[in-house]
Amino acid sequence: MLPLVHLIVALIAILTFIALNGLILVYVERKVAGFIQRRPGPFEVGPHGLLQPLADALKLVGKQLVMPRGADRILFWVAPLLSFAPVAICLLPIPFGPHLLGLDVNLGLLLVLAFSGLNVLALCLAGWGSNNKYALLGAARAVAQSVAYEIPLLLSVLCVAFTCGSLSFVDITASQTRGLLSWNVFSQPLAFLIFFVSALAETNRAPFDLPEAESELTAGFHTEYSGMGFGLFFLAEYSYMIVVSAVASVLFLGGWSGPFFSGHWWMLGKIYTLILIMMWFRWTYPRVRFDQLLNICWKWLIPLSLINLLGTALIINLVR
Amino acid sequence: MKGLWSLIVGLKVTGKEFCRPWITVHYPRQEVTNLDTFRGHIDLVPVLDDPEKPLCIVCRRCEEVCPSSCIRIEGHVPGEEKEAPVRQLLLVSNIMLPHSAAREPICATDKTLRVLDGFSLNYNLCSLCGLCVQSCPVSSLTFSSDVYLAGASRKDFEFDLLQRLRDRAGSTKLKKAA
Amino acid sequence: MLDKPSCSLDGDYYSSRFSELGKGEGDTLILNLGPQHPSTHGVLRVIVELDGEYVRRAEPVLGYIHRMHEKMGEVKTYVQYLPNMGRVDYLHALAWNWAYVGAVEKLMGLAVPSRAEYIRVITCELNRICSHLLWWGAYVLDLGGFTPILYAFDDREILMDILQIPTGSRLTYCYYRFGGVSADLTETFLTQTRNFIERFKTRIPMYHDLVTGNMILRGRCEDIGALPVEMARRYGATGPVLRGSGVAYDVRRVEPYSVYDQFDFDIPVGKNGDAMDRYDVRMAEMEQSVRIIEQALNQIPDGPFINPDVPDRILPPKGEVYFAVEGARGKIGVYLVSDGTARPYRLKLRAPGFSNLHVFAELAQGTILADAVSILGSLDLVIPEIDR
Repeated sequence: MLPLVHLIVALIAILTFIALNGLILVYVERKVAGFIQRRPGPFEVGPHGLLQPLADALKLVGKQLVMPRGADRILFWVAPLLSFAPVAICLLPIPFGPHLLGLDVNLGLLLVLAFSGLNVLALCLAGWGSNNKYALLGAARAVAQSVAYEIPLLLSVLCVAFTCGSLSFVDITASQTRGLLSWNVFSQPLAFLIFFVSALAETNRAPFDLPEAESELTAGFHTEYSGMGFGLFFLAEYSYMIVVSAVASVLFLGGWSGPFFSGHWWMLGKIYTLILIMMWFRWTYPRVRFDQLLNICWKWLIPLSLINLLGTALIINLVR
Repeated sequence: MKGLWSLIVGLKVTGKEFCRPWITVHYPRQEVTNLDTFRGHIDLVPVLDDPEKPLCIVCRRCEEVCPSSCIRIEGHVPGEEKEAPVRQLLLVSNIMLPHSAAREPICATDKTLRVLDGFSLNYNLCSLCGLCVQSCPVSSLTFSSDVYLAGASRKDFEFDLLQRLRDRAGSTKLKKAA
Repeated sequence: MLDKPSCSLDGDYYSSRFSELGKGEGDTLILNLGPQHPSTHGVLRVIVELDGEYVRRAEPVLGYIHRMHEKMGEVKTYVQYLPNMGRVDYLHALAWNWAYVGAVEKLMGLAVPSRAEYIRVITCELNRICSHLLWWGAYVLDLGGFTPILYAFDDREILMDILQIPTGSRLTYCYYRFGGVSADLTETFLTQTRNFIERFKTRIPMYHDLVTGNMILRGRCEDIGALPVEMARRYGATGPVLRGSGVAYDVRRVEPYSVYDQFDFDIPVGKNGDAMDRYDVRMAEMEQSVRIIEQALNQIPDGPFINPDVPDRILPPKGEVYFAVEGARGKIGVYLVSDGTARPYRLKLRAPGFSNLHVFAELAQGTILADAVSILGSLDLVIPEIDR
């Protein structure tokens, strides 16, 4: 009985966390963009624009839900829900603090990777269900990008799993509590970089946002969505950013452990630092062309991560 | 490798810019300070000793040279009846064509004294070229710095410059009295 | 089976003519880029035939902003036409101003005082920097970098404030007059220009750091849209488009007008004619403009800013004249035919963008759509100038 209550409380807490973060991250992104571009950003709605995301959310909710003629009703409306729903499950096995854990599962890593892969299915459904040639093209590109970058993501995560000997987030965090230098980023720097780049590509963030920002003709897989449908995709994108940053913090940056006063604040700090770095990248770089994007994955990231994996395996065997 | 270093360099540039203050002049909390050189719409210049009397001698050179026919002048010779305005001969469809497209010379060619009765400017059409200001032989036109103009209809931008001159004279009189 | 209707109900005249001209083999898609664009190209419509990702054919459709400037030239007097020239290409308005007043001065034999010539050079080069900055920002915006355009606009704001001092306007200048300019330069202008030059010399390295060296941008620009010299000559391309292909043709050097032969400046050229070369040429041109302005500020003499003997009524003698200047986009030409009356008989405006645009139709064949967008951006087109 108690584990079920624990699970439900954790789910509610995570959903609240995601919802709040959606609002906060939208505001932070626009403010960061403004400051990088030497301008104020949102300012008028509320003091210093703090109520702007609320106004945006209200606007999105208030819009008419339009479905294009000939679109497949079920697929069209399932796609945004499918994009957003797995996020809550992805955040369950991640320990936010020494006692803040939704689901203690010894295959936590596998759970997260499996459920974040559902996003690809959501893209397919959105593209096909829109009955729009451009949306289909955009969705096909987005799917190709996501599928390609899953592989270096997995391979870099495997390196960490090798060094720690476990797929459970709790164990991985525990193995990094022995001081600052025990963080995995110092023993696996290449894996961290590959993971971060793959994460950027998985969440369709710049400079890899060609599928969603192809403003010339295909506005991407979410061309036909307006109002709350678009809102859900948008929210899902920011939520996946949080998931990916949380996973990176746990795997490479020591999770909730810190040099002093370990706890959930360190975890949150690391998550937000990584998200700020992602935003920094977005406002600095132009977009990578699609074939160059796939080239980076197939010709650079996958060989590098394979070499990294083999090297890790070799060293572990030699040390043992 | 050089390519990857270029990415870091780019990040450093935006990172530095992030920490610098913004360059927006945040209207209406702040306003720009260089309006004195800006060419706003024209205004009449009064004579030195009477702020309500314009310098204009009704020679109509500005009306003729304006490329967009923005200016309409009414004047009369003291002692005679008021002239029929020239503009009655122009059709509304010619509103974008200069006066001289109608091949009507309207500029005065003699030294008869004339008095200005009305000077209207249709600011909707003005292209701020400054040809009127420079063609005035007595420098009776000047640019204003009126930039915070907003209106809901075209009528809001049809200015009666003689009335504006009188309003300015009235307000300076009030200021002097106060 | 219903009869096919005699008129095509699918699309307008241009798209139906495009598809009639021959659909390639395979399953191709005909669609429109524009006329509304997300980036600042202007109202340009390009009909492309796509084979998957690759562009088979591309055809630009013009005329969406045709404002009949040449007709207005026949209806307005010479003086009344001056504000029109600021609107043809509002980004380098002073060069168009110069082309027109230069043509009339050449026809009438009007002399321009030396100080006025230097004022024209300084203001025109400042305007050229403005134009190239906007091109740079808009080009990187096309490619997905959202920040550099705002840094460019920071510099442009300062330049527009500087140019406001003598001209009174920020964008559509009507500053040059027949025989000189309409107002003199003030001390504030000279001080602010010198300050701007010092500041700009620190900004250019920042732009190179942020964008030019960036490997993502290089991947989007290098080896894209290589323009062979012979193709450029066929279309009559001028300006950085031609100089990117290696031809050092600059009107200021080849047919010097005004006092450009007094200045020491280089003509930057590229090697391969790809988008990166055109980019580098424009960045280098900004630096050369700074050089010219510095020299002009040092050499500017005292004197009148307008020829005092310009007649009240401009009545050029019968005849024809062609006068060309180097604009930011290429060679701007004004061909003027006068019949001795107060209005021109014929005023023909040679817009460099018109010749540069049609290179795109040939260059874009066989490229990926993302590359076609990059090529279009690297040609630096301002559609109002093309349509006039």
